Amino acid sequence: MVGAGSAAGAALPGERVRISRLTRMLESEKLLAAALLAPGVVILVLFIAYPFVMAIWFSLTSIRVGDAGEFVGLANFTKAWSDTIFQVAFKNTVFYTFWATIFKFALGMWLALLLNRHFRFKRLIRASMLLPFIIPTVLSAFAWRWMFDPTFSVMNWLLFHSGVITDRLPFLSDGDWAMWCAVLVNTWRGMPFFAITLLAGLQTISPDLHEAAALDGANAWHRFWHVTWPLLMPVTLVVVVFSVIQTFSDFQLIYVLTGGGPANSTHLIATYAYQIGVASGLLGEGAALSLFMFPVLFAVVWVQLRFMKRMEGH
Amino acid sequence: MANVTIRNLNKKYDGGFHAVKDVNLEIRDKEFVVLVGPSGCGKTTTLRMVAGLEEITSGEILIGTRVINDLPPMDRDIAMVFQNYALYPHKSVYQNMAFGLQMRKYPKDEIEKRVREAADILGIGPLLERKPRQLSGGQRQRVAVGRAIVRHPQVFLFDEPLSNLDAMLRVQMRVELKRLHERLETTAIYVTHDQVEAMTLGDRVVVMKDGWVQQVGEPLELYGKPANKFVAGFIGSPAMNFVGVAITDLGGVLWADAEGLRLKVPPQMAERVRAHAGKRITLGVRPEALHPATGSDHADYSFDTAVDVVEPLGNEILVNFRAGGAPMVARVDPAVRVKAHQAIRVALDPERVYFFDEKSGAAI
Repeated sequence: MVGAGSAAGAALPGERVRISRLTRMLESEKLLAAALLAPGVVILVLFIAYPFVMAIWFSLTSIRVGDAGEFVGLANFTKAWSDTIFQVAFKNTVFYTFWATIFKFALGMWLALLLNRHFRFKRLIRASMLLPFIIPTVLSAFAWRWMFDPTFSVMNWLLFHSGVITDRLPFLSDGDWAMWCAVLVNTWRGMPFFAITLLAGLQTISPDLHEAAALDGANAWHRFWHVTWPLLMPVTLVVVVFSVIQTFSDFQLIYVLTGGGPANSTHLIATYAYQIGVASGLLGEGAALSLFMFPVLFAVVWVQLRFMKRMEGH
Repeated sequence: MANVTIRNLNKKYDGGFHAVKDVNLEIRDKEFVVLVGPSGCGKTTTLRMVAGLEEITSGEILIGTRVINDLPPMDRDIAMVFQNYALYPHKSVYQNMAFGLQMRKYPKDEIEKRVREAADILGIGPLLERKPRQLSGGQRQRVAVGRAIVRHPQVFLFDEPLSNLDAMLRVQMRVELKRLHERLETTAIYVTHDQVEAMTLGDRVVVMKDGWVQQVGEPLELYGKPANKFVAGFIGSPAMNFVGVAITDLGGVLWADAEGLRLKVPPQMAERVRAHAGKRITLGVRPEALHPATGSDHADYSFDTAVDVVEPLGNEILVNFRAGGAPMVARVDPAVRVKAHQAIRVALDPERVYFFDEKSGAAI
């Protein structure tokens, strides 16, 4: 209080009282905590809690654009459950998440192990590797769509003229092909995140441990399996879960690359929910569709938290 | 037979830094050799080259009669204890110690037997199921040593293994390591920057500086007959006192002169010092060779000064003063009563005076 008093010494008497009262209030730990937390809480409530609660409410009504609708209970959910396109979209989402995560993880790990070595221009290459990650998804998805274009595909052109193929490949015009193309683009885009995060994890592992293992008679594979892999596990868990959440709820990439086509064969839950809820204006049904993601992602996070807790216990 | 031979060993890093220069060393079977020197002297690099963790620029390393330059670490039949222990944090103590044997495909019961045996020797039997993080620094140190001894290697390498321990524990572990070596009789190379550790553990000590070997010898040999000024100053605590002196020849008697100080060159040194008459050289005298003068001390080996600081350590007193323009320390009996700023007459033991070439630092 002495400090506050002397600092305010030059101010008018009235002001001095005001400052010291505010200072005194902030001396209280409870009030200070509340003051510091308030902005964060407001943002969370406005931009996460409110939309989430609204979505739940919408999903229980027959609201559509221009019509407030009425309470319909779980009708939207039962309708979605028996909707064949939704069933396809759900399977697609699982397929897309599963394979993209596996590829991103495997390639990201490989890249991280490479980048963890000493070589020339290390920093430059590490930095440039992040490019796919920092280019806006919409932009890079457009570039990929152009490369997969039925008529102008540069990849078809290359493969065709180098004699590898005789018929042009139906990159985005065949349902299965299109799904794998989406997995490829997602892998390309998400791999740097895996690589950079795993690289950060690798760098926390003391080189002494590898040297000790080498002296213990472990070859490169044993060193990876007995030293790197277990010590990287906490980082791996976080990055995999993070990626699963991102991929499972992906929207932009599919929206730009295929728009869910051909014939709804590449819809994910998010793109299908958008089509129903926003493009078709059936807000209630769209909300119900998108909420199907919630229990799955909740389960993923729950399992991860359990696992991390168990690892900390060890 | 596991003698280690190092011939003309050199290490140059890519940046051009020459870390190890022409090191030659013959380590006998069952010998405990300590590499000691200030940081950056090349001792650890030398050890790591023996371990195979650092590439050899030129020269040869042999274990027994086998050149191991190009053998990977695992094929060298050595075990190393790291400064920070390098225990696998996710493995239990047992698994840490067993890992090297598992990698070498030893049968399970043999592994079990060796781990238990090592754990008994080191007194860590009850800790085998614990993880490293649940251990104290001293216990981790034991596990690291245990991991090395279960392998029954031909050579043990120690890279400053005690420097992360607190002072008490360090003294205790020092004794245990010495006892362990007497029991196992395995050739050992031990790196430290602590000269006390070097002197107490080593059968022989290798003093290094700037990549060069300064002197190789038994501990008391290094203390008694240092090859140069660096070794003289490095071995012994407090360090040897040095004063720059001019040698003058007065009618056949040599005198060492410095600012306000005139000492007779002891007769046993006179012959060697005579060549430096008229030149400046460095006089060295250990703190334990200085004492407050009494009537029986010869005037030629005494001088007057004033006490600067007194450090009573209990078993001895360190008396700081200046002589010949240089700071000096005398290590005296605790019964001696001296106070700061008090005038004092100090005598030195003429049998224990050293002279060093001013430029090269070589002992005269």
